[in-house]
Amino acid sequence: MNLKRISVLTAAATAGLMIAGAAHAGTTFDSVKKNGFVKCGVSTGLPGFSATDDKGNWKGIDVDVCRAVAAAMFGDADKVKYTPLNAKERFTALQSGEVDVLSRNTTWTFTRDTSLGLNFAGVNYYDGQGFMVSKKLGVKSAKELSGASVCIQAGTTTELNLADYFRANKMEYKAITYDSSDETVKAFEAGRCDMLTSDQSQLYALRIKLTDPNSAMVLPEVISKEPLGPVVRQGDDEWFNLVRWSLFAQINAEEAGVTMKNVDDMMKSADPNIRRILGVEGVKGEFLGVDDKWAYNIVKQVGNYGEMFERNVGQGSALKIARGQNALWNKGGIQYAPPIR
Amino acid sequence: MADASSERETPAKPRLLSDPKFRALVFQIIASITVAAFIFFIVRNTLHNMESRGISTGFGFLDRVSGFGILQSLIEYNETSTYGRTFVVGLLNTILVSVLGVFFATIIGFIMGVLRLSSNWLISKLAATYIEIFRNIPLLLQIFFWYYAIGFNLPGPRQAMSVGESLFLSNRGLYLPAPVFESGFMATGLAIIGSIVAVIFLARWARKRFEATGQLFHTVYASLAILILVPALVFFASGSPMHLDYPSLQGFNFQGGVVVIPELFALVLALSIYTAAFIAETVRSGIQAVSHGQTEAASALGLRPSWTLRLVVIPQAMRVIIPPLTSQYLNLTKNSSLAAAIGYPDLVAVFAGTTLNQTGQAVEIIAITMSVYLVLSLVISIFMNWYNAKMALRER
Repeated sequence: MNLKRISVLTAAATAGLMIAGAAHAGTTFDSVKKNGFVKCGVSTGLPGFSATDDKGNWKGIDVDVCRAVAAAMFGDADKVKYTPLNAKERFTALQSGEVDVLSRNTTWTFTRDTSLGLNFAGVNYYDGQGFMVSKKLGVKSAKELSGASVCIQAGTTTELNLADYFRANKMEYKAITYDSSDETVKAFEAGRCDMLTSDQSQLYALRIKLTDPNSAMVLPEVISKEPLGPVVRQGDDEWFNLVRWSLFAQINAEEAGVTMKNVDDMMKSADPNIRRILGVEGVKGEFLGVDDKWAYNIVKQVGNYGEMFERNVGQGSALKIARGQNALWNKGGIQYAPPIR
Repeated sequence: MADASSERETPAKPRLLSDPKFRALVFQIIASITVAAFIFFIVRNTLHNMESRGISTGFGFLDRVSGFGILQSLIEYNETSTYGRTFVVGLLNTILVSVLGVFFATIIGFIMGVLRLSSNWLISKLAATYIEIFRNIPLLLQIFFWYYAIGFNLPGPRQAMSVGESLFLSNRGLYLPAPVFESGFMATGLAIIGSIVAVIFLARWARKRFEATGQLFHTVYASLAILILVPALVFFASGSPMHLDYPSLQGFNFQGGVVVIPELFALVLALSIYTAAFIAETVRSGIQAVSHGQTEAASALGLRPSWTLRLVVIPQAMRVIIPPLTSQYLNLTKNSSLAAAIGYPDLVAVFAGTTLNQTGQAVEIIAITMSVYLVLSLVISIFMNWYNAKMALRER
């Protein structure tokens, strides 16, 4: 009896696994549409990129990437469910289907793009790695940091860049790796390490978490290229296209001068470029499998790229990061999107 | 007749199926095949799914260059070492914590267990308080407590507390002078090994003589004398071929010497204090399991109280203590994986953490890591079972 029951259970479990396998094989696009919301993987709390505000709502430039996708798909930017992930969990969560899109200040690298079964859909923030030190040390350049102890978040490209930089400059260091960026800040503040290293944008975000932000400074050196962007599973082109073009729509909207405020007026614009972006004429949303007003919904509810930037990390935020490399290509930066036509 | 015999043979067939031995065998074979098929299916399914999604598989990554630094390494390691080497570094760090933890937990546990039974009210209550407090607070919180309480409240390296300019305590850790061996140290090394062998022979001889004649020999003092004097004589005779490398403050940190990092310190402290509370209870129950008549009989024979404890109570208590003690050792080893929480570079942090993330080979790395803990635990079990068999009651 018992054995029979066990084999029945085994068969049931086996069947269950097969069904689960089949569910994965279906396209993300269809399953998102069926669920009615986008499952978005974000960080565990990085101001400006993805963090909850005092009301518990997720805010940030990475969060807005997911909101733009939801706006394009459902015409409602709020149809997103957020899953906070630490650096170590993020790729497994995406691979296993726990999230549909990973928008978590993730650096686009060769290994990640080619060997993890993932695709990077674009770059929503061009970053570079820097160092934050205590002002008490009296250090002016990263070149003076030989022998320093460094606090760092485990499982990041930061760990590798740091090793490269110190090796290239023939300097010694000791890396103390923690699971979350909060812990690195705590350890840095307690003096367990002389400096904290991370992407520059994060350093500014982490600095305002210090009890006394003025006790620390960010060194001028930028030691790496860190293109951060949303990631999706490989071999799921419909979904990949939607995520990629949601971001491109925001960049194109900024270039065309379409903003959250003027988007309704712009619908009546005579400019054929704007008319195409907003789906009034020419290209159709059905190429993406969504409504013709997909880009209109993105701009109306999330804003164009510039608005998203300024609101979350720029002048409208506590971080006050300058556009720099993230300015549009025709304004001295490198943010560039293929045309919508 | 033929009919009758065939009639007799026909019921013989169902007899095979109703034979409990045969049935058991059949069912066991079916169960084994089911389990094997299930495992085969899972493995194949995983491999197939990973391949179809373009996730690379295999163990080739172990030969690739790691490219990241590790805070503490017992073997030579740098950024140009391979992922295979990060595995060994992590493994050794895990073993280091486990060995230190088991060592201190056993000592603290035995002392506390005995104190708990003390007839002195204050001592016994203090031991009881210790046990109840540390046994009932989650281990992770204790690790955080010791790490934040001790590691983060020490002065920086430039204001380090020092003892005679050779020991330095700061939030970078405890820096100690490191012995540096010179070419002639070989003789001293041989002398140490030689004296250990001599002590083992001495102990055997002393026991034999005791069993034969009843005469006691002060093995402990004699052994200590041999262990210290012989190597020391050889050491000085060969011209002191060793010097100490003192740590000194250079730039941001101390250079030279050996360092006990605060992460290691906090982890060993938390693990041993936590596990010792359980061991203390085990020891207490073991001692209480020895009937009071044994103690009374021993004192009736005129044994001193310290001898009663050593020769009568402890040997019998050990039989009760060892099996649960094994579980505690296993728990401690597995609990050491909480190291990742405070940045101690153990196997989970270095290999199942950073290496996994840099290579993305989750299935392989988690499988390796789990097997390592399994093997470590089995080794401890085998050793403790051997020790248990050795200590078991021998009926004469």
